[in-house]
Amino acid sequence: MSDEYNQQNTPLEAQSSETMSGSSGTPSKDIDYVRPAEIPEQDLYHGHSFITKWVFCQDAKVIGIQYFLTAVFTGIVGLILSWLMRLQLGYPDLVPFITAEHYYQFVTMHGMIMVVYFLTALFLGGFGNYLIPLMVGARDMVFPYVNMVSFWMFFIAVCVLMASFFVPGGPTGAGWTLYPPQAILPGTPGSNMGITLMLISLSLFVIGFTMGGLNYIITILQARTRGMTLMRMPLTIWGIFTATALAMLAFPALLVSCIMMTLDKMLGTSFFMPAILQAGEVLSYGGGSPVLFQHLFWFFGHPEVYIVALPAFGIVSDLISVHARKNIFGYRMMVWAIVGIGALSFFVWAHHMYVSGMNPWFGFFFATTTLIIAVPTALKVYNWIITLFRANIRMNTVMLFCLGFIVTFVNGGITGIFLGNVAVDIPLSDTYFVIAHFHMVMGIAPLMVIMGAVYHWFPLVTGRMLSEKLGKWHFWFTFLGAYSIYFPMHYLGFIGVPRRYYEMYDSPYVTSATGMNEFITVAALIVGFSQLIFIYNIVTSLKIGKPAGKNPWKANSLEWLTPDVPPTHGNWGEKLPVVHRWPYDFNVPGAKEDYITQTTPPSEVINAEVEKT
Amino acid sequence: MHPGIIFLGVIVGSVLFHIYTPWWWTDIASNWGAMDDTINLTFWIGGGVFILVCLFMVYCILKFSYKEGRKVEYKPEDHKLEKILTIATTVGVIALLAPGLIVYNNYINTPKNALQVEVNAWQWGWQYRLPGEDGILGTAQVEKISDDNPFGINLDDPNGKDDILIQDDVLHLKTDRPVKILLRSLDVLHNYYVPQFRAKMDAIPGIISYYWFEPNKIGEYEVLCAEYCGVGHYAMRAKVIVESEGNYKNWIKEQETFSELIAKQENDKLKTTLFAKNDD
Repeated sequence: MSDEYNQQNTPLEAQSSETMSGSSGTPSKDIDYVRPAEIPEQDLYHGHSFITKWVFCQDAKVIGIQYFLTAVFTGIVGLILSWLMRLQLGYPDLVPFITAEHYYQFVTMHGMIMVVYFLTALFLGGFGNYLIPLMVGARDMVFPYVNMVSFWMFFIAVCVLMASFFVPGGPTGAGWTLYPPQAILPGTPGSNMGITLMLISLSLFVIGFTMGGLNYIITILQARTRGMTLMRMPLTIWGIFTATALAMLAFPALLVSCIMMTLDKMLGTSFFMPAILQAGEVLSYGGGSPVLFQHLFWFFGHPEVYIVALPAFGIVSDLISVHARKNIFGYRMMVWAIVGIGALSFFVWAHHMYVSGMNPWFGFFFATTTLIIAVPTALKVYNWIITLFRANIRMNTVMLFCLGFIVTFVNGGITGIFLGNVAVDIPLSDTYFVIAHFHMVMGIAPLMVIMGAVYHWFPLVTGRMLSEKLGKWHFWFTFLGAYSIYFPMHYLGFIGVPRRYYEMYDSPYVTSATGMNEFITVAALIVGFSQLIFIYNIVTSLKIGKPAGKNPWKANSLEWLTPDVPPTHGNWGEKLPVVHRWPYDFNVPGAKEDYITQTTPPSEVINAEVEKT
Repeated sequence: MHPGIIFLGVIVGSVLFHIYTPWWWTDIASNWGAMDDTINLTFWIGGGVFILVCLFMVYCILKFSYKEGRKVEYKPEDHKLEKILTIATTVGVIALLAPGLIVYNNYINTPKNALQVEVNAWQWGWQYRLPGEDGILGTAQVEKISDDNPFGINLDDPNGKDDILIQDDVLHLKTDRPVKILLRSLDVLHNYYVPQFRAKMDAIPGIISYYWFEPNKIGEYEVLCAEYCGVGHYAMRAKVIVESEGNYKNWIKEQETFSELIAKQENDKLKTTLFAKNDD
């Protein structure tokens, strides 16, 4: 491979691109010119045994699938926990073993699992690993071995997390935000081993994730193939790239707060612990600040929202463009919106703390920054729907999930404006309005994208199509069901029902909501069970699905242009692809087909009136 | 059925649900009607955007469903349109933010005539302290709390002597008089929240936080703890009774001050020592 690199390189090295385009070469050579590669190709370790091929595998695609399956497993645990919570809320006393302790443990584990171990791992570990090398035209991640270790660290983190279900006292019930002092005091379930294992597991997750994250960033920056300029990258890659950069900057805050709380717990330091009276005794803590933890937590926690959302933004842009057969509208604005949202996301964290007792003057600053972030976010929404305008929309399962994403995301984004505006947040914070908001915007909306993405890329990963018929049933159950869980739930928040209440007793303004609580519980059970359609579809399609062939969606981006389907280790066979254009050349006037792949040189589509390359 | 019709149904259903919902605000009982107004404003602007965006989406999918050979617009960018949308969104955001910040400014600036009430929270209950005739609460510390001194008031602080101590979870308030709630926690985070008053703030151990409101409707209100505080969180309720000036005065008169409590305790101690001596 390295010989080939040298051969390609030498004749072109002497001339810069400017002199080339003006030089006297033949026209076709001229317009097809792509700058030579700047770094040599990497050599890959090809596994030979079952263990090196499928277990300790260094192929990013396999690692992606490993991440995906592990994350889905934790997600199913999280889903079951949510059922148990909903049963308690809708039908108190129906399930006798759900005590208050258990309820709070379910709340905590559900939240932490879904946000960190499911969504983050799935988007970045799962889709990131599978798609980054393929979409930028690399053979693999730049550090395949570290990438493999990254997954196994994640795997150990999941094991430690799951182990906490089986230790004395059970998992922590501190709420997913783990606010001290209660998280490590005996009034909270699992305040001994449970919280310790949670903190260890999170620390392992961050360490493992840092290994993966550095890989994603460096691969995108350094290992793109010839012609793949940053402004020709699919938005999926922009989303994953920016999200990973956020993760690299935000996760350290989580790591240090985990370490500090572990020290408070194990060694009796007082980072987050002021003087505390418990059961008539003054504890040996003193001088620490619980609000400090909240700042650290949300300095991680808010970017974390965008760590989940930005890959979803990117992926949905690509799915919409491919299935609407039209270029994504305002690509450059989409890129800058992703980067801008990412940067701004570090300046909004305290909007989670408007009623935390922090200096009240912070409210002005954080309300302003939070609403500023609404502008680039709204622009992204406009661009998605403008992309649909005068397009040629395939109404398939993938597109349905994209549309479901738009509806739930707009809904959740607008309730976000309620909560970001400090005066509006005061009555609504810590009520069911908040629960409804964040489930809509960072639960359902990203899930819609994940499911759409599975329907979209399943043919690439397995070589077979998923069943469209089952897919549509799956979509309508999931979308309509989830929407009817969370849309009415906002109104519980208006009544003033506080979150994290095991039971409401007979509060006068709450008993009126009993019917709604029962309805939501039933809907949650239906949505959960309807995922069996999805699982059934995946399992059966692996065997009997229609063979996909190459590029079944007629997409433009590189992952569909591999010599083998599914792509093999090393992705590209003998020769790396060369990129001549952005991935959104659909229905270009003058072109024969309704799509022009990224590798198509201009000389082959000489009549196409391409505006943006 | 075309999926566009179902999406349309979802949007129409959402709007109808909003109009006919039986679940809405508990009747407001404080001065913070402005918060409700900002929420309604957000509903109008935000709801309008939601409806417009979704209807446009539905229009597109109904109108431009896949047809072989359909002519598709090829227009990667449209700077004018992007500019208009940016400006319109910015204007909308300012229209929401500006009133919100004005209300918030009122929220954090307590009127001078506000009565002070210290709310003491612990796992899992509440107690209250009111300043006595001097109008100033004595300083207090968690470390000083004992059976004799349930609020941990500094004994050297003369301001603390006349503080009125309410070792009960029922708080009485005067109607139409601003109240500044000073929040203290003895152990973990809590939050003193009455939905009808709209206002809330966390109580944090080691710090005194505050908020204010003016109750303006006579009645009894349930207090809910609104910050997760351990396994008893959901049971951490209390009661606020808003009453007329006269009733309030009668109630205050019945309450014990810190010096009265000390005197009573010393009396008790004296008695026990006397009895002990008699036994000898």
